[in-house]
Amino acid sequence: MPTHILMPALSPTMEEGKLAKWFIREGDTVTSGSVIAEIETDKATMEVEAVDEGLIHQILVLAGTENVKVNTPIAVLLKDGEGAAAVTHPQPAPTRKAGAALVSSPAQPVGTFEVAAVALPPVAAADMQLPAGTEMVQTTMREALRDAMAEEMRRDGDVFLMGEEVGQYQGAYKISQGLLDEFGPKRVIDTPITEQGFAGIGVGAAMSGLKPIVEFMTWNFAMQAIDQIINSAAKTLYMSGGQMGSPIVFRGPNGAAARVGAQHSQCFSAWYAHCPGLKVVAPANPADAKGLMKSAIRDPNPVLVLENELLYGIAGLVPKIDDWLVPIGKAKVVREGRHVTLVSFSRALLYALEAAERLAEDGIEAEVIDLRSLRPLDIETVLASVRKTNRIVTVEEAWPVCSVGSEICAQVAIHAFDYLDAPPAKVTGVDVPMPYAANLEKLALPNAGHVVAAAKAVLYA
Amino acid sequence: MTAADSLARSIPAAGPVPVFTREEERSAYREMLLIRRFEEKAGQLYGMGFIGGFCHLYIGQEAVVVGLQMAAIPGDQVITTYRDHGHMLACGMSASGVMAELTGRRGGLSKGKGGSMHMFSKEKHFYGGHGIVGASVPLGAGLAFANKYRGNNNLCWCYFGDGAANQGQVYETFNMAELWKLPIVFVIENNRYAMGTSIERASSTTNLSARGSSFDIPGEQVDGMDVRAVKAAGDRVAKWAREGNGPFILEMLTYRYRGHSMSDPAKYRSKEEVQAMREQHDPIEQVKARMINANIATEEELKVMDKEVREIVNRAAEFAQNDPEPDSSELTTDILL
Ligand SMILES: Cc1ncc(C[n+]2csc(CCOP(=O)(O)OP(=O)(O)O)c2C)c(N)n1
Ligand SMILES: [Mg+2]
Repeated sequence: MPTHILMPALSPTMEEGKLAKWFIREGDTVTSGSVIAEIETDKATMEVEAVDEGLIHQILVLAGTENVKVNTPIAVLLKDGEGAAAVTHPQPAPTRKAGAALVSSPAQPVGTFEVAAVALPPVAAADMQLPAGTEMVQTTMREALRDAMAEEMRRDGDVFLMGEEVGQYQGAYKISQGLLDEFGPKRVIDTPITEQGFAGIGVGAAMSGLKPIVEFMTWNFAMQAIDQIINSAAKTLYMSGGQMGSPIVFRGPNGAAARVGAQHSQCFSAWYAHCPGLKVVAPANPADAKGLMKSAIRDPNPVLVLENELLYGIAGLVPKIDDWLVPIGKAKVVREGRHVTLVSFSRALLYALEAAERLAEDGIEAEVIDLRSLRPLDIETVLASVRKTNRIVTVEEAWPVCSVGSEICAQVAIHAFDYLDAPPAKVTGVDVPMPYAANLEKLALPNAGHVVAAAKAVLYA
Repeated sequence: MTAADSLARSIPAAGPVPVFTREEERSAYREMLLIRRFEEKAGQLYGMGFIGGFCHLYIGQEAVVVGLQMAAIPGDQVITTYRDHGHMLACGMSASGVMAELTGRRGGLSKGKGGSMHMFSKEKHFYGGHGIVGASVPLGAGLAFANKYRGNNNLCWCYFGDGAANQGQVYETFNMAELWKLPIVFVIENNRYAMGTSIERASSTTNLSARGSSFDIPGEQVDGMDVRAVKAAGDRVAKWAREGNGPFILEMLTYRYRGHSMSDPAKYRSKEEVQAMREQHDPIEQVKARMINANIATEEELKVMDKEVREIVNRAAEFAQNDPEPDSSELTTDILL
């Protein structure tokens, strides 16, 4: 049987790409491992290697063809001794098998992702009075974070960026794209894989007054450095009687990624929100990401920015003004409603918003609050909402025990007990390490359906 | 202890590359070929969407684990990083079990719950499969500690990368391993890059075999593309460690042909560099050429071997695509006894 060489995927979410180049011609023989073609998506270029050996009988897709769907036959290979007579017409490409790549974003730290557009809440005018007629620019989360760093680095020569692959590689997730070119290796510094070391070096530099931005490739790896974050960065101002602090930003992707298993898929929100001396923000859209990142860099305290890999590709409107700052410690009501309060942050906010949409179809008006900051926590905004709706559901991807949702429920019970018409409810991830298998991973994470069910439960609906 | 003292410990000296017996050549060839074909297939299944997340291929580095497993004795432990498929195959774990773990199916070695980076086999003394760079090093020393505690004759083969060699916990471990004379071989697989960072850009000293010198741990650089050199080094240092002399560092000079993980386009190195390694140093081609030149195997016999290996891999791939996903009840099992 002749073998069809198929268009490969560069990442679990790639659906199509350009067949940029062929390195072989019909009639060539190839062996396993020989590079036969080059394919491109908007984010990366990759080489395709032959898996089997044999003779290239026919090239089915010409070089330069755009939008070639993954798994489309692109060439026909005849193995040893096979004649051309055996060639059948290529079948249409099989679609991706069930079970593969359930989450709509890849897990690879290269930035080859496409994410479905998500309806995002409008930018709250409450944050900053925008001058009338301010231009709003469609920006991805990735660009918004980069722009924030670039603007602050232009503004203040003491700001520098340090971390693994932030320079020459342009960031493992391509957040620091272009920064090395603009600011040079003095201010965009590639480090070895030594988190505790460079986190500590960052804190030391901050103690002397510089303003480091330390990127962790993901927050999972910051566990190597958590001692320096908490024992050094968070506590120095207090221990020195106010003489010196750490104006440092620690940032990187946090939370569940897609199919990367237990050691690379975890939410650290509660870990850091617990610690006095730290500020912790977790933006869910590009405007907040940019504004909070800029505020974080200017803040005299250590600020942790918990980004989310699966949000990097989403786009939203960001105001085009010189200094778009979002205050740290202020939640935002992103949808108003009277019947139930949904409180969330980061990617889980999307589940809350989708749930609100679905609840609306049943006549239930949910109020959705994006916490944005986890420390300081804007509990006043939450309490004000609960006093109006009398019911609350918290929504997060993290584990349930001692979570941010736990804290909110406790505060609501303490400060608004008399306003509650039902016990608070929590939607969280399941209390297990993240499994790899696609079906189990899906079961381990919350979704909009869980939020709808929880909202109905507190409404006794 | 001074340098002279440590010489007095008669550190095994690197010798000339030994000659392999006919059987050794054939089995090394087959083992390496199995890993190569397995990884190529894994890459293909990834491209088809059957494998998700990260998938780090071992192509190019096969001689390292295959040569060292030839020096291991039953009961020796192996522990490594996320670039682990080759190690598992060399430890005798089933190709189908590894592949089904890559696709996240119930017949996978971790029932589909671990994935590419997290697989284990108590039976084969394979202790993972670790996703955190550097973590395998103290864990390996812990396995060696257990050998010493029990007074058995086993040692731990503890693998990590050139990038991992800069992690702090590596040096904490070196100190204790030497202090307590633990039976462990630290195998640094120096494939010259940690993700997109070349060793020169990340390490103040690039002779990683000397990284133990301030702890008095001897080390040696080995041509990790020549399976004979690897096995010979393994034999020498295994003897050293089993005789109670403590740890040894083997820096394996090797190369990965593919990107760091499946979606790394590897723009940080030239095509010529990769091509030169493949053409001049390929671990499998070297053995093949020797076998043909020395009449150890004919082209025909090699074809048969190749076919057998492909069949194993195809069967594994078939199984990994058709085996069902884990039962949903598995979500909450295996978490506390
Ligand atoms: C503590 C930690 N930091 C960062 C990472 C991300 N990461 C995974 S592999 C890798 C490169 C490691 O290179 P090396 O040790 O040379 O091993 P190789 O991949 O070459 O086998 C990095 C930075 C990680 N997994 N763990
Ligand atoms: Mg390496």
